[in-house]
Amino acid sequence: MVDEATKKTLSGIPLCKTKAGPRDKDLWVQRLKEEYQCLIKYVQNNKSADNDWFRLESNKEGTRWFGKCWYVHNLLKYEFDVEFDIPITYPTTAPEIALPELDGKTAKMYRGGKICLTDHFKPLWARNVPKFGIGHAMALGLGPWLAVEIPDMIEKGIVTYKEKDG
Amino acid sequence: MTSMKEMESRIRELEEQLRAERQKNDQQRPIREKISQMSSEVVDSNPYSRLMALKRMGIVDNYEKIREFTVAVVGVGGVGSVTAEMLTRCGIGKLILFDYDKVELANMNRLFFQPHQAGLSKVQAAAYTLSSINPDVEMETHNYNITTVDNFQHFMDRISQGSLTGGPVDLVLSCVDNFEARMAINTACNELGQTWFESGVSENAVSGHIQLIEPGRTACFGCAPPLVVASNIDEKTLKREGVCAASLPTTMGIVAGFLVQNTLKYLLGFGQVSYYLGYNALQDFFPTMRLRPNPLCEDSHCRRQQEEWANKAPTNPAEADMAAGGDEPVVHEDNEWGISLVDESAPSEEPEGAGDVLGLVQGVKTAYSLPATTSDAKEEAGALAADADVSLEELMAQMKTI
Ligand SMILES: [Zn+2]
Repeated sequence: MVDEATKKTLSGIPLCKTKAGPRDKDLWVQRLKEEYQCLIKYVQNNKSADNDWFRLESNKEGTRWFGKCWYVHNLLKYEFDVEFDIPITYPTTAPEIALPELDGKTAKMYRGGKICLTDHFKPLWARNVPKFGIGHAMALGLGPWLAVEIPDMIEKGIVTYKEKDG
Repeated sequence: MTSMKEMESRIRELEEQLRAERQKNDQQRPIREKISQMSSEVVDSNPYSRLMALKRMGIVDNYEKIREFTVAVVGVGGVGSVTAEMLTRCGIGKLILFDYDKVELANMNRLFFQPHQAGLSKVQAAAYTLSSINPDVEMETHNYNITTVDNFQHFMDRISQGSLTGGPVDLVLSCVDNFEARMAINTACNELGQTWFESGVSENAVSGHIQLIEPGRTACFGCAPPLVVASNIDEKTLKREGVCAASLPTTMGIVAGFLVQNTLKYLLGFGQVSYYLGYNALQDFFPTMRLRPNPLCEDSHCRRQQEEWANKAPTNPAEADMAAGGDEPVVHEDNEWGISLVDESAPSEEPEGAGDVLGLVQGVKTAYSLPATTSDAKEEAGALAADADVSLEELMAQMKTI
């Protein structure tokens, strides 16, 4: 079930229009532009809501994405690398978001540090092809995952706070 | 004081260990010679005698033909590795293995791989073991993720040119563990017109299935939401807290057995091949059915293949039967499969059931429902992205400096 807060977040992320994947040449460029527009708007929304929690960028083909995400717990900011590939079946299937440094540290992950999504994610994604994009995957997938798993891992001592250099 | 007897027994134990160690390291451990022709002669040195006996018994009339076939196994995990081993022992002509994963100790609740192989790529470790079991089988391995743009074309090329004669493989077996990889195989096989078997084990490890997909003739994997065999567990009591997935060597071995049994039947032309065979481990319930293709399938290549089939097929009775929806669904006697998996976030009214279109049997459901048209998407959704006058490069730069 999507909670009210997530619903509100989702409503602020523009929808994509072009149904195209990385094998679709020109149409994929069109789709990528939509993806970037959606992400930029989403990050701007987060910043103005004082809830800035990730940055992403891609290779120039837009097939490989990487960046950082943050989670604040007891006033301390925990930072993790995020990465994922865009599968050739995108946007019919969502990207599999991974936090490689947490691989093997929690049961709520598949191999390679891919996060385990809730039962609700896939049906919701499938019902919204091709409108949902990377921003939606972050909001519906990674956001709720961090909120549940990171406090748990901090409590168990699996994740510890690192002072920022400089 | 240690008695002589105890010393002797200890020495025997150590000798045994030494032998095991030597065997592990010895590159020249007994590997059998290649055999150029399958013989049905019953001698203890003939690995094919019991298989060739299938001919004498009248089950299969051309067993040795198995050496002409090439099978691609995609995913060499709990199901795929066992599948590959069975085909190897059966004397298949060639195997092409795809997997990007490494063997881990966490895999040891499953069959086939051994602890000393931890750290090796699954395809490499598998090829090594399989070649020592049966050197007659030609092995080709690819250690990569088929779903990425970089590898997908190569994957398609190996499917269409990888057989012993340089043509398309005879069958693709999907033994992957995720939706993305299944859809990638589906995409490739729809484009190529390649027949394949999908297989799977549920994340709670107590159900599984195999499904024969002939593009255009049967439903493809994308014709409907994924199918699940009802496990008859109340969804509300199903706990998923703290774990992603469970696995059992039993369920995986059974599904691999179903998969290879039907592969043999398909390739060698004996018995009846199951189009869909489900397995509910808790009740030992095995629903079977045929699935009609969805004329509105999202995959344009599936629709193209359907047209091509319609244009060439329905003269033979089997095709007419298929077009009419196949066999009557098998209905389980106690009709206790009333469980429904409607997502709470789904619209309350069921859309014109995908199940009706497909002709689903009792005990098998789609994992979720889709809206009848994609236009009535979700209320959560925001506005459409505006058309951009800016270039992709500008947007990328803007994202970096935000
Ligand atoms: Zn289809």
